[in-house]
Amino acid sequence: MTGRISSPDELKQARTSLEQARESARDIITVCTGPGCVASGAGEVADAFRAQIKEQGLEDRVTFRCTGCHGFCALAPVVTIDPAGICYGGVKPADVPTILERTVGAGEIIDRLVYTHPDTGQPVPYEKDIPFYKHQDRLLLEENRRIDPESIDDFFVLGGYEALARVLTDMDPEAVVQEILDSGLRGRGGAGFPTGRKWSICRQNPGEPKYIVCNADEGDPGAFMDRGILEGNPHRVIEGMCIGAYAIGASEGFVYVRHEYPIAVRNITRAVEQAREAGLLGEGILGSGFAFDLKVVMGAGAFVCGEETALIASLEGRTGEPKQRPPFPAQSGYRNKPTVINNVETWASVPHIITRGAGWFSSIGSEGSKGTKIFSLVGKVENTGLVEVPMGTTIRQLVYDIGGGIPNGKEFKGIQTGGPAGGCLPAELMDLPIDFEALAEAGTIMGSGGMIVMDESTCMVDIARYFTRFLEQESCGKCYSCRKGTQRMREILDDICEGRGTLEQLELLEELGHTVNEASMCGLGQNAANPVLSTLRYFRDEYEAHITERRCPAGVCTTLIRYQIQESLCDGCHACFKVCPADAISGEKDAVHVIDPDVCIKCGACLEVCPQGAISVVSGGGE
Amino acid sequence: MSVKTISLTLNGLPVEVYEGTTILEAAKLYGINIPTLCSVEGLSSYGACRLCIVEIGPPGKTKVVSSCTYPCEEGMQVRTHSARIIKARKMILELMVCSTPASKVVQDLASAHGVTTARFRRENEDCLLCGLCVRMCEEQMMARAIGFVGRGPDRRITTAFDELSDICRHCGGCMYICPACQLRCQGPSAETTICSGCLNFSPSCAEVYDDQQCWMPPECGTCVRPEGDYLPATGHICREE
Repeated sequence: MTGRISSPDELKQARTSLEQARESARDIITVCTGPGCVASGAGEVADAFRAQIKEQGLEDRVTFRCTGCHGFCALAPVVTIDPAGICYGGVKPADVPTILERTVGAGEIIDRLVYTHPDTGQPVPYEKDIPFYKHQDRLLLEENRRIDPESIDDFFVLGGYEALARVLTDMDPEAVVQEILDSGLRGRGGAGFPTGRKWSICRQNPGEPKYIVCNADEGDPGAFMDRGILEGNPHRVIEGMCIGAYAIGASEGFVYVRHEYPIAVRNITRAVEQAREAGLLGEGILGSGFAFDLKVVMGAGAFVCGEETALIASLEGRTGEPKQRPPFPAQSGYRNKPTVINNVETWASVPHIITRGAGWFSSIGSEGSKGTKIFSLVGKVENTGLVEVPMGTTIRQLVYDIGGGIPNGKEFKGIQTGGPAGGCLPAELMDLPIDFEALAEAGTIMGSGGMIVMDESTCMVDIARYFTRFLEQESCGKCYSCRKGTQRMREILDDICEGRGTLEQLELLEELGHTVNEASMCGLGQNAANPVLSTLRYFRDEYEAHITERRCPAGVCTTLIRYQIQESLCDGCHACFKVCPADAISGEKDAVHVIDPDVCIKCGACLEVCPQGAISVVSGGGE
Repeated sequence: MSVKTISLTLNGLPVEVYEGTTILEAAKLYGINIPTLCSVEGLSSYGACRLCIVEIGPPGKTKVVSSCTYPCEEGMQVRTHSARIIKARKMILELMVCSTPASKVVQDLASAHGVTTARFRRENEDCLLCGLCVRMCEEQMMARAIGFVGRGPDRRITTAFDELSDICRHCGGCMYICPACQLRCQGPSAETTICSGCLNFSPSCAEVYDDQQCWMPPECGTCVRPEGDYLPATGHICREE
């Protein structure tokens, strides 16, 4: 590893010598070890590569690297081979010798491991041609696949810490703040507060010392943007924080990361140590008079600690509970001193803005929302994973061009944005550009970037109930309106889902929802009714079907559905009879079978095994 | 050192207060009655009950904040009794009355704000988690024997590790301050979730003018009429042209 670097020139020299040393290696094999790929067996694939490379004596010809998330989780585990840019998906350990022999050895492409274009049916061997990647603008995520997060040298080769060097040599703190202001960067954690303004308020505040915090307490179900960056590219976050610290005049900072992200904790902790050894944290950074150090702090699992004032309380060792703003943390935060809190993605964007200029950054994106934003695209969509697109990209582009549409030929019904406190948008709003203003107008929020796609088999009342329950559990419980309000909303949703709802309750639900959002103190409470209010706004007919017809149109709410065997299709194969855990199915072999609705527990096991497709879910239409 | 003064408007009335004054304190100073349950003089503000919410900001761009925790700002426009606020307060009181119907304080507040419906399932909780006892114990009794534990539905007030506290001196300060410990009157319909409303007052003027027209305690009360018998707007006694 490169030793201590004591000037910007030495940083450049380190990069040049690393680049020269690396030119000899011909092929770079990369295994994605992001969460999705590890869950699909990337660890075993990586082990197989290491063993095979050693066995075949390819160490001189091949550079092998495990990296953070590449983004295309639907293809997991993903292996890429550079410089050709070949992308293989669904790789098994058994494929490793073949890849080494044919692709690395002979330059051939193995068609069965290659992504197949859904329209043409043709194999697409190169990453840049895959529609999932082609329609993205991967400013931050692109670096993930080129870096071993354990290696600071890999980061140096990408020009790492050069933005910091530039700031320390050529720019005074005011100029840095001005650059961030000009770039139009807005906080990526959800609220979208202009980052430059936050810095400038903190800088001008007379309190000393000042603090810097990175909010990595990403708790939204189905969202892993911050995790992707922190696990895959921790030094970019550190560099951004150093620049921020220089700009506002802080000498101490914290990375507040949830303890449920053990790999992120490990990687950022290691990166901080490496940066300290390299003289990029601590006293006299890069030979300048600037001193700054970072501490990694783990959260204890409360969702509300992602709210900045609750996060500060937690950092100080108190209960993670939001408090009144003003004063804002930029005026009085950690230990009542001016504190800048930004999200992981915001910090990671900062070095790029310094390197490439505010003008470049503000040329990307929409009118009020600049730059690119990472979304975690999950749910009922073909290409699940992390995607990065310019702000202002439409939902249609995200779901269809990048996401590849809805699987199994089903209809797109809606999309849930902004995490649990976000809202659901219907298919009619598919051409809505994704930026802070447009989403707020449509009754949802940008949030930190969760995007859950839903198809016709999703019940919107059930979705609202799921998220309301999540918020009920995660509310800190301080504001009466939030604690009791979420509980009462969930109770009404329970009633509706279980066929006890009334139309009066529907009105009450809406009225209560508005009160919860208005009267609560923090961002959690003020958005706690969004799942309810947005589904009521766009999918009211579904609520009404549950209430007036006692029918769940999507066939999800178990109280309102029943399983039925269609006589004309049943051939008496007995498969359903064998699989039913409740003994609810009766019938002799080769005769029509019948489900006893009183015994049936609606687990759906019979539906899955029936070879004739004779079993269906019905809802409504009499008892 | 001179203390800076701040100018703001309360329900359209220009007022001046010292810097650092909360909206609730300012309103009290100028005789405007904002209801609250978790704010008591001598204890720090906490902002738990949300009854003291007010609307701030220029028309069309207002936001709702709790007046007990929000500091007055220069040029601020505050509306303490807008239709929006009254509606939200009534909803919060309805939530309270359904969950802690045995509390006299809650019943009186509900009654005074014209809460006549109890549309949620009745619970019989004996704590509103307003935190008055926690602050009393810490700030006035200097004991810190009790505190909050858990979050969301599991939140409750207890001694450390639920053990008998060594610090507690059994002063009873917590019980004295508790709004839920005072039982409601055991009048003719004490069994119902909601009181029969001996104090019932409904500001019909807010429906006409978008702001309640009287906020001096005790509110004028002349517009109190049985339901369905409100005076027409033109003949409203508070606004005779």
